[in-house]
Amino acid sequence: MSGQRYKWIGTRPNRPDGAHKVTGRARFGADFNMPGQLVGKVLRSPHAHALIKSIDTSKAAALPGVKAVVTSGDFPEQPDQIVPAGEMQVNLRDVTRNVMAREKALYDGHAVAAVAATTAEIAAEALALIEVEYEVLPHVIDVAAAMRDGAPILHDHLRTEGLTPPSNKPTNIAKRLEFAKGDIAAGFARAEVVIERDYTTAPVHQGYIEPHATLASAAEDGQIQLWSTTQGHFQVRGFCSRLLNIETSQLRVTATEIGGGFGGKTVVYLEPVAIRLSQKAGKPVKMVMSRDEVFRASGPTSGGTIKVRIGATRDGRIVAADCTVALQSGAFPGSPVGPACMCSFACYDIDNIKVVGFDVVSNRPKVAAYRAPGAPIAAWAVESTIDLVAEALHMDPIELRLKNAAKKGTKTHYGPTFNVIGLVETLQAAKNSAHYKSSLAPGRARGVAAGFWFNVGGDSSAAAHVGEDGTVTVISGNPDIGGSRASLALMAAETLGVPYEKVRPVIPDTSSIGFNFVTGGSRVTFATGLAVVNAVRDMIEQLKARAAKIWEVEPDAVIWEDGYAKPSSSNVGKFEPLSLAQLASQAGKTGGPINGHAQLNAQGAGPGFGVHIVDLAVDRDTGIVTIERYTAVQDVGTAIHPAYVEGQLQGGVAQGVGWALNEEYIYDAKGRLQNAGFLDYRMPVASDLPMIETVLVEVPNPSHPYGVRGVGEVPIVPPMAAIGNAIARATGVRMIDLPMSPPRLSAALDAVPRKLAAE
Amino acid sequence: MAHVVLTYSFARQFADGRTEHEVPGNSVRHLIRALDERYPGIGARLSNDVAVAIDGVIHQNAFLEPVEPGSEVCFIPALQGG
Repeated sequence: MSGQRYKWIGTRPNRPDGAHKVTGRARFGADFNMPGQLVGKVLRSPHAHALIKSIDTSKAAALPGVKAVVTSGDFPEQPDQIVPAGEMQVNLRDVTRNVMAREKALYDGHAVAAVAATTAEIAAEALALIEVEYEVLPHVIDVAAAMRDGAPILHDHLRTEGLTPPSNKPTNIAKRLEFAKGDIAAGFARAEVVIERDYTTAPVHQGYIEPHATLASAAEDGQIQLWSTTQGHFQVRGFCSRLLNIETSQLRVTATEIGGGFGGKTVVYLEPVAIRLSQKAGKPVKMVMSRDEVFRASGPTSGGTIKVRIGATRDGRIVAADCTVALQSGAFPGSPVGPACMCSFACYDIDNIKVVGFDVVSNRPKVAAYRAPGAPIAAWAVESTIDLVAEALHMDPIELRLKNAAKKGTKTHYGPTFNVIGLVETLQAAKNSAHYKSSLAPGRARGVAAGFWFNVGGDSSAAAHVGEDGTVTVISGNPDIGGSRASLALMAAETLGVPYEKVRPVIPDTSSIGFNFVTGGSRVTFATGLAVVNAVRDMIEQLKARAAKIWEVEPDAVIWEDGYAKPSSSNVGKFEPLSLAQLASQAGKTGGPINGHAQLNAQGAGPGFGVHIVDLAVDRDTGIVTIERYTAVQDVGTAIHPAYVEGQLQGGVAQGVGWALNEEYIYDAKGRLQNAGFLDYRMPVASDLPMIETVLVEVPNPSHPYGVRGVGEVPIVPPMAAIGNAIARATGVRMIDLPMSPPRLSAALDAVPRKLAAE
Repeated sequence: MAHVVLTYSFARQFADGRTEHEVPGNSVRHLIRALDERYPGIGARLSNDVAVAIDGVIHQNAFLEPVEPGSEVCFIPALQGG
């Protein structure tokens, strides 16, 4: 634990948005409406890969009640280059084609046209009247197949970046990456135990409960208002302004309450379409995806293949490790293969490492971020192999990890040397946890895995205003997904020395606060928290100056302590401390309103590490896995609001259990998605999970005044391997493919004679 | 002089395969400029879509960040999250 004592940080008050959410008062994406609004709907490709030879919208446009129709011709062509949009580096050529197919439909569900009509029924009827002439092309779904010579090529212009010498051959491999340290051959030559396996993972959807939804209102004078369920309304503004050639000052975006995002709501799908329809129709246009559309046309994260080899000496020292990761990015380049490569062996201090990555396109929806993008995929393979090494060496899996754990001073294979990190403390906490010390019940087996995520910082703006009664409004620009309002208010209260209840956090539209990068990368409590702390500190300086004016002393003769201005010493004079409310009540007489502001590019987000322990049982007849007990241990820096930190850990585990045991996309022979709904795409429900236990380890981040590290992504990194490791110990069968679903696990168990498996 | 570390991919693409370099400069901007003089073209690549770790602390959009003599400065692919 940090050893620091705070008055408000570390407490567990109710979240400021809690009452609104549990009473149904909170307004999510689909809850916004305007007078005279139209209903927008999208026509989607039924083909996985097809040339669009023509689109005839005349019959749809002529249907009474239809007010606008758009196709790709309504969106300006974009250059084939990486440019910033809302501070994200994106290839706008690809983004505009993902929003609305241009020359080709590249996946089942790819948008090809859209309509706005007075009713949903008329809009649906209009879609049926749009005539699209397709030339169906051969398609490719899986990453390994997409990499083979002779695979159907998605983009004729695509060449593999990162090849030496460069290749001019059309390909589905968009990029090759390589990271290395030491001498991999010499390292493996020293190894006394070498384990090598090939693994796969399936693409999985973020599974947010709230579908994408937006409402656009374009006025005749060019001003546009947009409401969107998003993780970053400044990014929505950035994308839409770029895609539609609209000045950012003309576009005012409000982030609605959000029913989950997990990375999947950091990009745009409906928003540019709704704006264009609204501009053409002259009326507001509302668009809401169905669940079928969410699955067919948004997210998911990549699936991939991972080859891992780890070599160790008999005393448990890992001396060499390499892996090759190939991730499918969906229809356009941009999988998280870079982070996957960098996270792969980040938990370990190994002298000799080589990691190669490939970014591969295939006829699936373009992938979007999903908690710690890429890291869970690499961890599934690496942490499973680490477990095999522990088995081969007859070592406790936590002891093996402790013996090789990265720590301050460890040089990573992707370059940087770690500063203060908490992996060793986290492994020790896991080892000493009640769960790990407990005996296994009969029929159960235990698995362990570790995980790493960088966490990020970035641009944030914040303001703090004092009302005339001394209560405080804290304004910042990140949609609240995981309780960030509460965390920001706690840090403001701590800094200002006032009760949490006196601080009201607000998230306004893009015109009412400076730029904030997305709610993602586990950055908000760190980066926007830093902006809030600095804004409050700015306000405190003004409060001190006002007290100095009242007392007729120099400003540096005043200190701020526990919510009061006080003389810095008895030499200043004898003055009664002035409260925030007293100073606020006299603000007009002492210089006007008292506000604080801050804007920054937060640097030094502290990396996070987690260690998970799972006990489970396997029904050998059905292949059904029952999670009996689960503990997530994580270095969280400082838990600003422990309950919401625990919630992040529990949520990550729940999603990881789904990723491990059930979730996958099922395509038919024509490349059409067959399970686009929660009935057939099986995510965990409450009855699938035990109460997930958490252990919060606090190794403060030296780059934040309260030691904050991001916490939201690490917990989805270890679960798949932890569960796979437990299944291997329960059954004797090592699973290498995700998901370890009942049919797949049952088949694997059937393939091994029961007696052998029991051995 | 700062100790600059490039990934293998950056090194192979722009720096004759050399991943480690001693580079003069007291800010990230100066290091990029000096590297570009040695390896024309690398400057543009290292100025966009790249994160920079200075003595183990990762910076997004690093440009003016100061660099001490002997500092380890690593250029790595940009990071985003979910």
